[in-house]
Amino acid sequence: MSPAVRRRVDARVVVAVLLLGGLALVPMISSLIGGPFYITLFTRIVIFALAAVGLNLILGYGALVSFGHAMYIGIGAYAVGILSHHGVGSGWIQLAAALAVGAVVAVVIGLVCLRTSGMAFIMITLAFAQMFYFLAISLKQYGGDDGLTIAARSDFGVFTLASNTVLYYTALGVLVACLIAFHRLVYSRFGMVLRGCRSNERRMAALGFPTLRYKLTAYVISALVCVIAGMLLANLTKFSAPSYMAWQASGDLIVMIVLGGMGTIVGPVAGAVALLILEEILSGWTTHWMIVLGPAIVLIVLTAKRGIYGYLVERTARHAEARASPS
Amino acid sequence: MTSLLATVGLVKRFGGLTATDGVDLTVEAGEVHAVIGPNGAGKTTLINQLSGEIAPDAGRILLDGRDITGEPVYRRALMGIGRSYQITSVFPEFSVLDNVVLAVQAHAGHSFSFWRPLSAEAALIERARTALAQSGLAARLATPVAALAHGERRQLEMAMTLATSPRLLLLDEPMAGMSLAESERLVTLLATLKGRYGILLVEHDMDAVFKLADRISVLVYGRVIACGDPAAIRANPEVRAAYLGDQDAAVAA
Amino acid sequence: MTVGLFLTQALNGLQLGILLFLLAAGLTLVFGIMNFVNLAHGSLYMMGAYFAAAVFNWTGSFVLAGLIGVPATMLLGVVVERVALIRLYRRDHLDQVLATFGLILFFNELVRIIWGPASVYMNTPAALSGTVELFGLRYPSYRFAIIGVGLAVGIGLYLLIHRTRIGMLIRAGATHPEIVAAMGVNVRRLNTIVFGLGAGLAGLAGLMAGPIVSVQPGMGEPILILTLVVIVTGGIGSIRGAFYGALIVGIVDTIGRAFLPTLLREFLERSLAQAAGPAIASMLIYVLMALVLAIRPQGLFPVRHA
Repeated sequence: MSPAVRRRVDARVVVAVLLLGGLALVPMISSLIGGPFYITLFTRIVIFALAAVGLNLILGYGALVSFGHAMYIGIGAYAVGILSHHGVGSGWIQLAAALAVGAVVAVVIGLVCLRTSGMAFIMITLAFAQMFYFLAISLKQYGGDDGLTIAARSDFGVFTLASNTVLYYTALGVLVACLIAFHRLVYSRFGMVLRGCRSNERRMAALGFPTLRYKLTAYVISALVCVIAGMLLANLTKFSAPSYMAWQASGDLIVMIVLGGMGTIVGPVAGAVALLILEEILSGWTTHWMIVLGPAIVLIVLTAKRGIYGYLVERTARHAEARASPS
Repeated sequence: MTSLLATVGLVKRFGGLTATDGVDLTVEAGEVHAVIGPNGAGKTTLINQLSGEIAPDAGRILLDGRDITGEPVYRRALMGIGRSYQITSVFPEFSVLDNVVLAVQAHAGHSFSFWRPLSAEAALIERARTALAQSGLAARLATPVAALAHGERRQLEMAMTLATSPRLLLLDEPMAGMSLAESERLVTLLATLKGRYGILLVEHDMDAVFKLADRISVLVYGRVIACGDPAAIRANPEVRAAYLGDQDAAVAA
Repeated sequence: MTVGLFLTQALNGLQLGILLFLLAAGLTLVFGIMNFVNLAHGSLYMMGAYFAAAVFNWTGSFVLAGLIGVPATMLLGVVVERVALIRLYRRDHLDQVLATFGLILFFNELVRIIWGPASVYMNTPAALSGTVELFGLRYPSYRFAIIGVGLAVGIGLYLLIHRTRIGMLIRAGATHPEIVAAMGVNVRRLNTIVFGLGAGLAGLAGLMAGPIVSVQPGMGEPILILTLVVIVTGGIGSIRGAFYGALIVGIVDTIGRAFLPTLLREFLERSLAQAAGPAIASMLIYVLMALVLAIRPQGLFPVRHA
């Protein structure tokens, strides 16, 4: 590995450790400042970071732009909500049900969507997410438009998510585990096939890869990560709402990924932190903060490509290079 | 004796244009069968139908006597068909070595391995290195593809195709855009492959064609107007009129 | 379920289909010639509705609302195209999606700032407030007018695309853009004209929808997504596909929502039918889209490329 590349890799590790380390300290800082506001905010951030990292597997590494992944967040949230509504508070059962339903839905929807590519794929994923949104609204016995209140947070036997701190560290733990798993995955046989499909799918088929089954597997994996994020979200808010699946939610995930930097595993975490904190600050100034965010997104797309994470990595690498050079 | 590859009455139309007009063609194991013809004759369309990227409107394609007309691209690759592209088709974001490792990986079992890094798969990497050495790119393993010269990219393209251990090679203008030295290198390489693979070679470079081909088919407006050994084709008046034309003087010299 | 009720719902479905056609035609024309799906098309529909409502509530004249509102929407579309979208044509799909997403957020907030978050009310024009007599049933004149206007526009579009020079350029540009450019045609101006046409259609749809839907922030996106279902089912880039797709989606959705719950009550016990009916009805057109994609991924009436 050349020195420049090594510095880039080391810089990535530094930034990632700082980011995750910072996140690990949140509960302590939050209790010092007082009040649950910050821990709640950062739990939200970690949950959406998880969902964004999940989506990034297929979006950043597979070039499959799914504009409907929020529907898997909804499936996770409603699994908790519906089961809780019927008196099942066990986290394990909720998890099993959420993953099972999520997997079946992801396979079916994935098979349909992956018959297309490019803009058609984007439009169809958006349409199916909308379908689930309307489905949730039409389920009057589960709250319909207003959503479903959840009596108690998930109970996993040895621990429950009732405490804000436990919930936070559970979410963070899942995020870190996911980051590690994906980091291995993108360099494995499977990861290389996925990235090859992004790079030149025609050639992949000509080499002998049955590309559909690999893309579908990646789609299902990314969907299940979002399902877990949805479960955590329902636990955080003690609420399952159709709005979790609205098209804006899917769009927000994509914004987080691009904002943070698409080409890396950790990038979306930075994007989630940035977007949600920005929303907090802006909404404090005016209720019409969206009018700033909208054009801001357009500008970011048109100008910056490396994202915040990429920028931070670049800064750190150049800093190390300046220290290493003899002048 | 069944041919390695045989087409029976292959037809492909695009709207009002008939790109492939009842083509009957065979490639025997170990032979180089060149397909020549003027631009627009339908040569790439023919290769696309053989590799499976386009479905013919009529006719059949047989590999070792087995009907593969309905088989998707990847299945044909796994059955032993290797194809190179007229416009270089590689993986620009990966290194030279990774490109060929992927090619080897396609024929080394399934890829549902999620944890073990590819860099730990010594067997695959070794096979990739060998293929690259054979194609003359041993010194450029770690180079990102974007940094390669055009001729080197064509060599990479060939290395990837060979790394899949095919039985039949479909080569679509492999010398396109190559310098004289690079073309000569490739001709030498292909000469060593003769006898080991069946090769369908679409080319414009007549020197290479006449040096390598055991048989030549001439494709004009989607139809094979002549098929035979190089001497017979050179002497064929129809072929001269339709294609070789004033090239005849240069070739005969 | 009476024949009359069925006919009414069928006509409602036809009317919804016509509105969807106006939007789908604009969207698919832009896609055909620029290979760009403008997700902010729903925002143009919304602005069309707001412009029309504003003029109507200010002047009391529906005609004026149309005469001012539709061209205003066209102008807005052209401005957005020239300022923002033109930089996106060569970009990858992700960039296009993100940028148009940003535009949607911007426009939704803009109308919230100018007109507030509550719905703006727009009356049906007095002349069309009655009913017409059709096959022995009474159908609202206004909705009938929408069907009429929509069909007229459809015929006009057909004549434009197939009988005029500019239509020929549009068709050529959709299948062979490089040749059109090489012929010396000002492709940039052609793109803007097509975009303006699409925006005008969206504005017209907004105008006509004004009295019968809630004119509020965010009204564009549900319709946009329905429109995406239309063009995917009908065939992306194809006007015929947009027309038939829109009618199919409009009729299936309306009739499904109206009668499926009742139908299910025949087969299932009451409470299950009560729950499942609306749920399945809301999913019907998406299931239809999935079926079409499974059998014919290119859509029912795809554009024939040379």
